[in-house]
Amino acid sequence: MSNTNHNIESPKEKQNRHKAMEAIKLLNTLREDFKEPIESMEYFYDLFERVHCKHESLHDDKTKIGTMCIQIPSEIIYALDGVPIRLCNGFYTDDEIGSDLMPQKACPLIKATVGHFASGNFTDKPDIVFSPTTCDQKTKAGTTIESFGYKLIDVDFPRTKESEASREYWRRSVKQFAVELSKFQGKKLTKTNLRNAIKKIGYAQSLYHKLSEFRKNDIIPILGMDVFLVTNAFFFDKIDNWIEATEKLLSELEIRAKEKITVTGKASPRIIYTGSPPIFPNYKIPQIIEESDGIIVADETCSSNRMFNDMVAVDEWNIYDMMDSISDKYLKACTCPIFTKNEDRIRRVVQLAREYKADGVIYQAFAGCTVYEMEQRSVLEAMEKEGIPILYLESDYSPSQGGQLSTRVEAFIESLKTRRRNKK
Amino acid sequence: MFDLKRKINNINLTRFRFWFQIIAFALIVYGGYVSLDLGDKLPTFACVFNGEGTGGKCYVGELQHNLKQPFETFIGFAGYTFLISLIMFMVWFWVLNKSWCGFVCPLGTMQDWLTALREKLKIRFSEYSWASRGNIKIIKYILLILLLIIPVMISNSILGLPKLPNGLSMPFCDICPGRMLIPAFTGNFNQFYIDFSSKTDLVMTTLGMIIVGLFLVGSFIKKRFFCYFCPMAALQYIFSKPALLKLYKDGAKCTRCGDCYRACDMDILEIADDVKSKNLVTEDCILCLKCIAACPEDGCLEANFIGITIFESTKEGFILRMAMSQQKELHE
Repeated sequence: MSNTNHNIESPKEKQNRHKAMEAIKLLNTLREDFKEPIESMEYFYDLFERVHCKHESLHDDKTKIGTMCIQIPSEIIYALDGVPIRLCNGFYTDDEIGSDLMPQKACPLIKATVGHFASGNFTDKPDIVFSPTTCDQKTKAGTTIESFGYKLIDVDFPRTKESEASREYWRRSVKQFAVELSKFQGKKLTKTNLRNAIKKIGYAQSLYHKLSEFRKNDIIPILGMDVFLVTNAFFFDKIDNWIEATEKLLSELEIRAKEKITVTGKASPRIIYTGSPPIFPNYKIPQIIEESDGIIVADETCSSNRMFNDMVAVDEWNIYDMMDSISDKYLKACTCPIFTKNEDRIRRVVQLAREYKADGVIYQAFAGCTVYEMEQRSVLEAMEKEGIPILYLESDYSPSQGGQLSTRVEAFIESLKTRRRNKK
Repeated sequence: MFDLKRKINNINLTRFRFWFQIIAFALIVYGGYVSLDLGDKLPTFACVFNGEGTGGKCYVGELQHNLKQPFETFIGFAGYTFLISLIMFMVWFWVLNKSWCGFVCPLGTMQDWLTALREKLKIRFSEYSWASRGNIKIIKYILLILLLIIPVMISNSILGLPKLPNGLSMPFCDICPGRMLIPAFTGNFNQFYIDFSSKTDLVMTTLGMIIVGLFLVGSFIKKRFFCYFCPMAALQYIFSKPALLKLYKDGAKCTRCGDCYRACDMDILEIADDVKSKNLVTEDCILCLKCIAACPEDGCLEANFIGITIFESTKEGFILRMAMSQQKELHE
């Protein structure tokens, strides 16, 4: 009887098993539960499966530069021969680990990120981490992460973007960041390597823009969730592979658009998604939307649109101007709610609703993400003024509150359908 | 038609402007040699001191000349001449609006060449602080008022002040860098002098020499340095509203990313931050259209000629101009 080997599962193994379960559950849903699956999406499903279920590392041969937010310029990281890994985390497993280290009411994204660092369990462990001082929680999380023994450098980020001082301040921060990274990498920033990096990322962004064009069509060939997966893959994938896979995806979408193959129902309401970012595998709200016969046609979140929308625009292709353009791109165009005023975000959501002929907006805030919660009122007011229906939801990473959320989303989507019928 | 529109929107504006400016420069500076004569009411610095070479003449020179009349004659035929000239100037100006500055003006073109040289040498441009940028706006109006009032005061005594000496009959031309630099392009360096014949001439010609030096150094380190102070720009702006060529902005489409502002040689903040106005031809705008070329939003900025969009910002055009349209590596 006692001959069997009893292995007691280590915490790390348990974490891996739980994360793999979270990941595969979502991937299987994407693979099987929706009509007309896209063949070339398999690359992305497989990528997430390899990394999160099979724990394959992607960048063994490169220095991995961890970034804590969207504002750390990838252009500079690529130019200095590093790989940017964005460490914003969407796993409930990590959220639970982080809960012991963070205040109870902290944002799940931060908790999950801190939890991930606390476990030290990475497939691609960052060699150095850069943390922009964006929201309070991310800013303060930096010290906690540092206390686990990581090399972490704060990058000063201003919280207004209109003033001359903030622009100058951020430009200096970015220069300082480049200096630190250059020292760390033992490599110099040159006109050529920076220009190549700008153009490569610009090209990747141009692919995202092409992808978005398909979502403006009346017949929508791709799910919003699939697009989130594509953009989330950009957090950590090898950029050349990502580009190739996205090119393939685009050519398949081209065919689907011609053959009028759609992933939606006959009258699926078109939804703009805004608020706290869906990060793999926390696609809770997008999944509820698209399972309730809604279709996300565009989003205004930092895990997707905000990351790709604005490209670096250089006037004089010398280092001085490239650096300034890079800095400005990450400050001026950003619609993060951490900024004092945020009319730009409202105008952006309105414009997206017009451009993508949306029927309504769904605004999600993570419970604990104070800035998104605070901005909710002004956005709701503005949408009301514009006559765009909007639903505000609060959620977190826990798998338990599904029922209540889906009731609200379903009701909202039904009301959008009725509204559309009445218009006709 | 659609294809042509797309081609125009995808244009490499830098190259287009470079050649357009060269052609315009040649016509204005050397046009006289092939008997080109566009008259003496041009809303751009076609220099009268360029002698045979000039393809036309600058209105500011003519304007100062027209105003140097005693009041009695000004009420009669001189006033009539003045009005006719002004109308001719406006007609010329309305066709291109401020694009005269961004595409035609030989002084502007020279500054752009100096900018290109600086860029080649990898030297960073300098900028004014926003506060100083606001403060210097008024200088061009002060210069304009001076150049209007000084000729009048030569022939008339105003408020009982004594008449000004005749040496001031073309006060702006005395200090305009175009008087020295434009003839220099036809091999005529005679305008580089200091005139000791009278106190007035001494002061004015010395000022002129200093300003031409400032022009060369200034526009090397600051894009379009001289245009910030140009009284012609001030004069033009007064008549800019009814012009045929316009720069329009659709504020709803603007993300305020500031790409246009950074491309702007005149550091015009409104182009990026103003999301309410439609007409964005502001007082210092030179309508060079660089902002449209730098804008990544479809249809946010456009050049409009009598209601027809002739060039507008597009995502595709932006990506092409930034050479992001394909994955291509450069090597050192």
